[in-house]
Amino acid sequence: MILYELIDFDILRVIWWALLGVLLIGFALTDGFDMGVGALLPFVAKTDVERRVVINTVGPVWEGNQVWFILGGGAIFAAWPPLYAVSFSGFYLAMFVVLAAFIVRPVAFKYRSKREGATWRARWDWALFAGGAVPALLFGVAVGNVLLGVPFHLTPDLMPMYDGSYYGKFLGLLRPFALLAGVVSFSMLLMHGAAWLTVKTEGAIAARARRIGVVAGLVAAAGYALAGLWLAVGIDGFALAGEVLPNGPSNPLYSEVARGGSWLTAYAVRPWIAIAPIMGFVGIALAVRGLKGRGEVSTLLWSKLGITGVIASVGLTMFPFILPSTVDPNSSLTVWDASSSHQTLFIMLVVTAIFMPLILAYTAWVYRVLWGKVTEAHVAENADTLY
Amino acid sequence: MEIGLVELSRLQFAMTAMYHFLFVPLTLGLSILVAIMETVYVMTNRPIWRQMTKFWGTLFGINFVLGVATGITMEFQFGMNWSYYSHYVGDIFGAPLAIEGLMAFFLEATFVGLFFFGWDKLSKVQHMVVAWLVAIGSNFSALWILIANGWMQNPVGAEFNPDTMRMEMTSFFDVVFNEVAQAKFVHTVSAGYVTAAVFVLGVSALYLIQGRHKDLARRSIAVASSFGLAAALSVVVLGDESGYSASHTQKMKLAAIEAMWETEPAPASFTLVGLPDQEARETHYALHIPWAMGLIGTRSLTEEIPGINDLVLEAEEKIRRGIIAYDALMTIREERGNAPAEARFIFEQNSADLGFAYLLKRYVEDPRTATDEQIAMAAEDTVPGVFPLFWAFRIMVALGFSFIAVMGYFFYRASFRNMQFPRWSLYAAVAIIPTPWIAAELGWFVAEFGRQPWTVDGVLPTALSASHLSIADLLITLAGFVIFYTVLFVIEVSLMVKYIRKGPFQDVEETDAWQQRHEARLQQQPGLAASSATPAE
Repeated sequence: MILYELIDFDILRVIWWALLGVLLIGFALTDGFDMGVGALLPFVAKTDVERRVVINTVGPVWEGNQVWFILGGGAIFAAWPPLYAVSFSGFYLAMFVVLAAFIVRPVAFKYRSKREGATWRARWDWALFAGGAVPALLFGVAVGNVLLGVPFHLTPDLMPMYDGSYYGKFLGLLRPFALLAGVVSFSMLLMHGAAWLTVKTEGAIAARARRIGVVAGLVAAAGYALAGLWLAVGIDGFALAGEVLPNGPSNPLYSEVARGGSWLTAYAVRPWIAIAPIMGFVGIALAVRGLKGRGEVSTLLWSKLGITGVIASVGLTMFPFILPSTVDPNSSLTVWDASSSHQTLFIMLVVTAIFMPLILAYTAWVYRVLWGKVTEAHVAENADTLY
Repeated sequence: MEIGLVELSRLQFAMTAMYHFLFVPLTLGLSILVAIMETVYVMTNRPIWRQMTKFWGTLFGINFVLGVATGITMEFQFGMNWSYYSHYVGDIFGAPLAIEGLMAFFLEATFVGLFFFGWDKLSKVQHMVVAWLVAIGSNFSALWILIANGWMQNPVGAEFNPDTMRMEMTSFFDVVFNEVAQAKFVHTVSAGYVTAAVFVLGVSALYLIQGRHKDLARRSIAVASSFGLAAALSVVVLGDESGYSASHTQKMKLAAIEAMWETEPAPASFTLVGLPDQEARETHYALHIPWAMGLIGTRSLTEEIPGINDLVLEAEEKIRRGIIAYDALMTIREERGNAPAEARFIFEQNSADLGFAYLLKRYVEDPRTATDEQIAMAAEDTVPGVFPLFWAFRIMVALGFSFIAVMGYFFYRASFRNMQFPRWSLYAAVAIIPTPWIAAELGWFVAEFGRQPWTVDGVLPTALSASHLSIADLLITLAGFVIFYTVLFVIEVSLMVKYIRKGPFQDVEETDAWQQRHEARLQQQPGLAASSATPAE
């Protein structure tokens, strides 16, 4: 098949780098509010009926939303195999915790209201809380670690090896900067969950969600600003040294990488990328304003804009790096040396171009069918069939 | 690489995959059965069919969610525990997994919520379409997963790229239309349909024994047995197709399953039962059926099926060619773009057998320094455990044939004996509920254990595929999965039992009222009075 040469290898790599961002953002925007709602559950809903209202705001959609996570895994596997291989085995125990959360969460949704009994339901409420809060925090921690660089190296056969005593051990990931990034992602998704609840609930639940959402939004903005400052003064970036072949073979060891300087020099080289952090701040600020005031759908949209800006800023700042290595910078994975083959990227792009619009279309249709607030009366009427 | 690490990684993968597959077959089949029931409801407008849809739909939901939850582990476990595998074949293997997400999983997961929560928000036809989309999504999902798995069994459409040190796709078409994958797909989904049919049949039989929900139970048996009969036939036919394709794609697996130690003159005989002895290279107390193996395996009277001993000799030759490829690869790796054309030429000539050189890594760091003895040992390693394969396969096949008999019997009683089922047959239907799961798990065991020592047949040995984690890492996650999955399993079974005991609980009044009117109508029509519910009415 020569068709794939229609699009140059380097262009395909950049497209797939952008699609990686789209998937992460899609995941944060959709499953993000599910996780936020889960983390908010014990605080915005006190009685069983209130909790069921909150759970049923996401009840029919979390399953589809969670596919963004799974598709993220599949797409990284298909388009960035070295990234898939190094990151998931490197973050081994952290991944296990995230998986545990994503396993327990669906089950909690489905099984919680299938039995009466306060203990049974209280346990599942905890599961929903942990299933939302833990990944929301850990995804940020992971991003923080990526910015800091990760201690792995590749053998000449490109087998990933993990160095140091702490890597692969869960606690080693909890470095101060990474924890700050975790706080940002956690509070951001909490704000997003609150914004969702203002759209889907009313009365006491919505009021509590607004109060928490405002605080969460402010914490997210402050944490994001602090992280930017930290990157400017306290953290070494990575840069490609020597010749780079954007069309070269996907072998990370072929390129030379130097440690030093700051990640933020990217903003001097490509000033236009400043749009991402600006979007982040503006989106969060307007979402907070909406949560304070009376905004509903608009608040959710501002929250989405804010999250998009924050996630995009990380990718744009690091470009072309995807996963830098601290112990052997030459092993670092970049857009130019960690992708699939030319042909695979092309085929996957065609498949994505066909199915992504379809997915967006039917997802939109489902949300439209389910439009409207979930009320206590509705839950009481359908006690046997709802979550 | 320590063997302990590889064994633990294998154990973890086997455990999580087999656990995942406790839920998948029922999802595959029940999604279709529920969609069929809802279609009958839309066509006939009879409330009983809506009640059936909702009742079996509830059980479907309890099962579905664990299939989804445990599937997440599978999607990420390649990267977590098999990082070299992920690097080595991700260029090919990743694509079907990602397409599965795009084409199938999004579809089923997005619409499954609407299936449960959309009853009063959608028109009847819209809701039926949603049910079918969930069923189609689930089954498409199986298609892409089996394309990925089929490639591990028969790695077509790919070649090794020495610059990137991995396999890369050369033909997407070949990967998708891999004959192994296609046969496997139909075999696997049919097995799922049988599982669901046996499940519906068993639960319905239980209701008939207890004398409750008879209308729902009889109609359910009629649907399940006709669907199940077609599926049970399909499982066996496509299982035979898999055997046929194995005779030219996975010769060693076939020989091991059949405990064929020596190449027999064609057409080879089939060993019905016996006790394979791997050390002695013979099968004790074997009962042979002349000609059968040759006919099944090659569909000819003249083609030979190679035996294990000959295949080991062949493997030894491949290892030697692999060493030549490995030697050339090391030159290319060293010199990169400047590698002499001669090295690249030699590599291309022998690269198909590169994986066989990697078998030596178990014994020696550099395959080029391997002794003749080590080469012989590595060749010996290409023989999987014959005894467990031999018996797992036979039990699976016996169960497969018995499902045809069971489904045929119930189909006959439902269609031609006025829905009257003898009590013993109802007890039997309840008793066999677990058997399709046993058959399915054995089938996966044969497919995956039979491929050892490879993760990708002839390309990448299992021992090389695993991540370099610490034993402690693996023990923590293994223990975590065992505890976690056991708890979830207990909860799911208890909920299943609870909801089966509870029986249909939705639309009860409406359905009962209709049922009474319906029976009154039947009473008025002489000749029909004696007949119970049949699916047609």
